[in-house]
Amino acid sequence: MADFMQQVVSGLASGGIYGALALALVLIHRATGVINFAQGEMAAFSTYVLWTLTENHGWPYWPAFAFTLAASFVGGMAIHQTVIRPVERGSVLRVVIVTIGLLLLINGAMTWIWTGEVRAVESPFPTRTVDIAGVKISIQDLGTIAVTFATVAVLWAFFQFTKVGLAMRAAAVNPAEARLVGVRVPWMLGLGWGLAAMLGAVAGFLTAPSVFLDPNMMQVVLIYAFAAAVLGGIDSPFGAVVGGLLLGVSLNLLGAYVDFVGADLRLPAALLVILVVLLVKPSGLFGRPEVKRV
Amino acid sequence: MPPLLRLEGVEARYGPVQALHGISLAVDDGQVVAVLGANGAGKTTTLRAISGTVRRSGEIEFGGKPLRGGPESAAKAGIAHVPEGRGTFTDLTVLENLRLGAYTRRDREVKRDLARVAEYFPWVDDRADQRAGTLSGGEQQMLALARALMSRPTLLMLDEPSLGLAPLVVREIFRIVRVLNEDDGLAVLVVEQDARIALDVASTAYVLEVGRVAVAGTSAELRDNESVRRSYLGY
Repeated sequence: MADFMQQVVSGLASGGIYGALALALVLIHRATGVINFAQGEMAAFSTYVLWTLTENHGWPYWPAFAFTLAASFVGGMAIHQTVIRPVERGSVLRVVIVTIGLLLLINGAMTWIWTGEVRAVESPFPTRTVDIAGVKISIQDLGTIAVTFATVAVLWAFFQFTKVGLAMRAAAVNPAEARLVGVRVPWMLGLGWGLAAMLGAVAGFLTAPSVFLDPNMMQVVLIYAFAAAVLGGIDSPFGAVVGGLLLGVSLNLLGAYVDFVGADLRLPAALLVILVVLLVKPSGLFGRPEVKRV
Repeated sequence: MPPLLRLEGVEARYGPVQALHGISLAVDDGQVVAVLGANGAGKTTTLRAISGTVRRSGEIEFGGKPLRGGPESAAKAGIAHVPEGRGTFTDLTVLENLRLGAYTRRDREVKRDLARVAEYFPWVDDRADQRAGTLSGGEQQMLALARALMSRPTLLMLDEPSLGLAPLVVREIFRIVRVLNEDDGLAVLVVEQDARIALDVASTAYVLEVGRVAVAGTSAELRDNESVRRSYLGY
């Protein structure tokens, strides 16, 4: 039982990371209507910036964390303004291709700036474990869960209670109408990209300590995030988070208790989730089915 | 005194199709003006040209200043445009729709205005957290109107408020428009198929035909005009 609980908690930790990145995908999907394939590379880039500040410039972790989040926000908005906005009115395919180009560009930039060498990133949390009711839980996992939950909660409050958050939702669901009430829609979409970049950065920071930092670090995580977003419903922010947690916990339990899955078959299992959801319930657990008028 | 809104030779097109061929009209402070005409006459396009949701040329002045830019600028200048087909955010709640109405405002009296809107539309309070998409057609039209009021507009533009609604609901909507005009001096530019009810509320009206003003005059004059009566009032 104790072992089971341990697996659940560590599943929640990785699930929180998937959920945060999935939420970033959902934000951009709602704003721009596409999957941002560069989301993982953007997150890795932010993580490199964090690493540079702490490792090379001697910044303490949390100030570097806050600064990099702010920089990621600005960077996300800048990406929207410079490369996404010019193609936004075109077909979905054009935007998708631009995000794939962005993936290659950012990946190349990271190799160019920081070389492809793998680097260890310190964790802000101690690697000790604490004993809660006989269950040994790593503080690292608890910290990861706390940070992702806090991030999601802050974001939720922002969308629910602030004027700008409300305007962003309005711009996403009905841009023409939003303009009539005076919302500057392109700015709202840009804010969406900024927030997504921030969320991705959080996911990157939390992933880095358990793997090694290299330009491809987030690619596998992005596939889990795809699976989480599809599972929860690609248009549902709530679904993305729940989907991430469900996926994290179930993959972890699968890996621990089903012998033939182990560590190797986790990724195929995630792809299986995507496939099954798309076949059985394309709108996901919490998404609304797409209604087409004919 | 110059009119609140003045259009001079306004043209508009959708791609290759020209929808307006030089519209001139004026709305004074505190006046209700109706724009009538058959389907495709350019009534909706006239409103869209004013709020900048369609490409336009010609002169448009609002409050003595030329109106430029898209719908965001029109909203900021004090024009509330309630488009055809309700125009509510169906995915958002009633209260969120109303809060969005006040988006351009920087003052702190939004709460007081919410209470004021609830006086006109008492059901709004009970159903504040309901999604707008679940309201009936009439309620959605009223919500669209209430949302427009939340911006404290100087000019309210209504596009076919009667479309698809029961006569009783239509009468209630026009009653509220009249009260807003009489009590608050709100200027209204209303586009309507139902000429009779529009002429009841409006003091002046313009009849459009294929993108041009065919007839203009006071409501009384138009009611007495033989061809207008036959084509649009049906008696």
